[in-house]
Amino acid sequence: MGENKLLSSVKKFKFKDHSLGMAFLILVVIATILGWPNFLKIRNLTNILRQISYTGIIGLGMTLVIISGGIDLSVGSMTAFVGGIAIYFLNLFGPESIWGIVLTFLFALVLGSLCGALNGLLVAKFKMAPFIVTLGTMSIFRSLIQYISNAGTILSENMDYGKLGSGIFLGLPIPVWCFLIVGILLHIILNHTSFGRYLCATGSNEQVAKYSAINITIVKWLPYIITGFTVGMTAVMWSSRLNCINPSDGAGYEMDAIAAVVIGGTLMSGGKGSIIGTMMGAVMLGIINNMLVMGGISAFLQQAVKGFVIIVAVLLQYNNGNK
Amino acid sequence: MDEPKILLSLESIVKEFSSVRVLDRVSFNIREGEIMGLIGENGAGKSTLMKILSGIYQKTEGTIRMDGQLTNIPDYITAKRLGIGIVPQEFNLINYLTVFENIFLGNEIHKGLLLDKSKMREQAKAQLEILKMPLDVNKYISELSVAEKQMVEIAKAMILDTRVLIFDEPTTTLTPVEVRTLFSLMRKLKEKKVTMLFVSHKLQEVMNICDRVTVLRDGKLVSVDEVANLDANILAKKMVGRDFSQVFPPKKDRRAEEYVLEVENLSSGNMVKDVSFSLHRGEILGFAGLVGSGRTETMEAVMGLRKLESGEIRIKGKPVRIRNAKDAVSHGLGYISEDRQGKGIVMNYDIIKNISLISLKDKYMKGFLIDKKAETAASDHYIDEFNIVAASAKSELRFFSGGNQQKVYLARWMDTDPEILILDEPTRGIDINAKREIYEFIHRLSEARISCIIISSEMEEIIGMCNRAYVMREGKIASCLNEDQITEENIVFNATGIKKGVEKDG
Repeated sequence: MGENKLLSSVKKFKFKDHSLGMAFLILVVIATILGWPNFLKIRNLTNILRQISYTGIIGLGMTLVIISGGIDLSVGSMTAFVGGIAIYFLNLFGPESIWGIVLTFLFALVLGSLCGALNGLLVAKFKMAPFIVTLGTMSIFRSLIQYISNAGTILSENMDYGKLGSGIFLGLPIPVWCFLIVGILLHIILNHTSFGRYLCATGSNEQVAKYSAINITIVKWLPYIITGFTVGMTAVMWSSRLNCINPSDGAGYEMDAIAAVVIGGTLMSGGKGSIIGTMMGAVMLGIINNMLVMGGISAFLQQAVKGFVIIVAVLLQYNNGNK
Repeated sequence: MDEPKILLSLESIVKEFSSVRVLDRVSFNIREGEIMGLIGENGAGKSTLMKILSGIYQKTEGTIRMDGQLTNIPDYITAKRLGIGIVPQEFNLINYLTVFENIFLGNEIHKGLLLDKSKMREQAKAQLEILKMPLDVNKYISELSVAEKQMVEIAKAMILDTRVLIFDEPTTTLTPVEVRTLFSLMRKLKEKKVTMLFVSHKLQEVMNICDRVTVLRDGKLVSVDEVANLDANILAKKMVGRDFSQVFPPKKDRRAEEYVLEVENLSSGNMVKDVSFSLHRGEILGFAGLVGSGRTETMEAVMGLRKLESGEIRIKGKPVRIRNAKDAVSHGLGYISEDRQGKGIVMNYDIIKNISLISLKDKYMKGFLIDKKAETAASDHYIDEFNIVAASAKSELRFFSGGNQQKVYLARWMDTDPEILILDEPTRGIDINAKREIYEFIHRLSEARISCIIISSEMEEIIGMCNRAYVMREGKIASCLNEDQITEENIVFNATGIKKGVEKDG
């Protein structure tokens, strides 16, 4: 009997370890059957990936923030802010300047990182609650870009800028490549560098980290900078896709990013998380959305389904944690 | 005397935590109106048993009868309704509520939809008067001393018609005078026919206050005896399963002349006042004193974990500035905190990640990436050296026993190659065998010319281990005791300022 117990607990454990992958597979199978044959068409699949890449990239940075025990609500308005300023920057160059595009890309990454650094400064250095800090900066970024643009669309004057966001490289849209590359990079950072190790330790128990000679200020600061960096990347991808930025763009991005993180199995309480999980979470959200669209479900209901999925994901997480 | 009535009867109680058996078929009876002592080493299962009785934990197997009736205690509220109250080791009081609000927490008296504060205040006052506790019901908990908080816990446990009152290690944080007050209170409760369970690992106290005593060891029942028929030595033997003297390895003086650490006039907050001490190479130095006397705070200040207001720290004769734990580590200092779970180990990290946490950057990096092979090899070495019992090096530490967690914690600090290791209550909450291994380990350190500071509230530990011992009282060094002067009497006297003889006739 004792052996039986052991056997069953081993089985359970394994399933629990891979429950996200299982859910992912099941979802793909369901989508394939329900959406036959359209779902499996390459065009549809690349479309799903493109759609989720914008908030997915931000979700990658958000994963680190949430592992550190924080949250970043400002990413949506930061996207509009960084994207808008980046287009102003781009317009300083000539309409055919390739260098302008390259520099704008870098500029957006730096500006995003700086915005993130501001969040991180307030959280890590001044020990303010992340929810409050980023709630505040969320308003600030949005308000600033609306003021600067006079609440009008900021148009790019560059002829080639649009090719960046809508371009396709080796069969995949460029934003998807960004999503994959940033994902792999952050996965390595999380699992194979000392920073990643310190990050999980700090998120798990700040006191323990402090007593273990870890500089918790820097460890808590960096995730916000990285998130700012991912926001900068999304801002470029998004604005170059449309060749413009609307000051109201990016609204609700924080929700999609957080949703991907949560579905990916990262603990909201911090200390444990997975970049691969977030990537799968983002794709799953995309598939669900795709199914709803193909099924002709009202766009107004799609948000409700998303909300439902998030709650179920957290519920499963909570139950696993209790066992 | 008539046949005493049996109030509570426990029949082969079993408790398992993730298939580790912490209580193994424990059975005994508790008579109405007696004070039953429950003693055992840390990890013997005392607290677990009490938590089952008070509904905090659920038993895995076994039955509980109250007044002969089969009784189920699924939660804390049910226990309270049955008349079982507990004065927990860690207080469950809310700092920003007043005394009477805490006493009635969860049992508030209502007037319609609103709280009837005046009635609660009155009843709380009456309750405190019956118990002869000099407490103001309108004070906030944050303003009270530890002993006063305990009084509130007792009053809280007694506010319903409590028939069984459990005291879980109530004297750990009290001064001798406060212990005396507590005991006289318990005697008063006994006159009121309250049955009490007194959980402790201090023999003398059990002999003092209890009628009968139950001994637990490694989750098993050893004996139930009348205190009148026992002497302390027999009890001690039953408790640890061997003579006390065998626990500590023979003392050796391996001190070198030179000082590795000198601290002068250290002050930090109101817990560390003008503290000076020194540590020889290879010495095992004790820090004795009551809980809250500033020992931990002193060491945290040395480690750069607290802001220094003044003072100088010299390592091997050279003045150093230590602003954070990282500086301390680079000077060869190590600190094992008393709060193993709160400040020590990362519960959801495996052995490997826990051990390399501090030394990661110095030892296990290949460029930007962690050299996981080297890391695993190192942890295998420590698992072997410290005899860490685990299913795999990859199991998370939250599934480990206190002793194994402590060994992992020790291994982490050993991996930083310290020259000075500060161990704060190194054997708290671990079983006797792990304890012995840790004592032997400390001896090996001193053999390797590593200096150790042991902070301990267990006097036997200071007496059995240390070459020299400082005693702290109220944030100051009360005295420094040399080899032969390290006696129970001297420690108590310096820690409390009260001579033991005076305390005894209470």
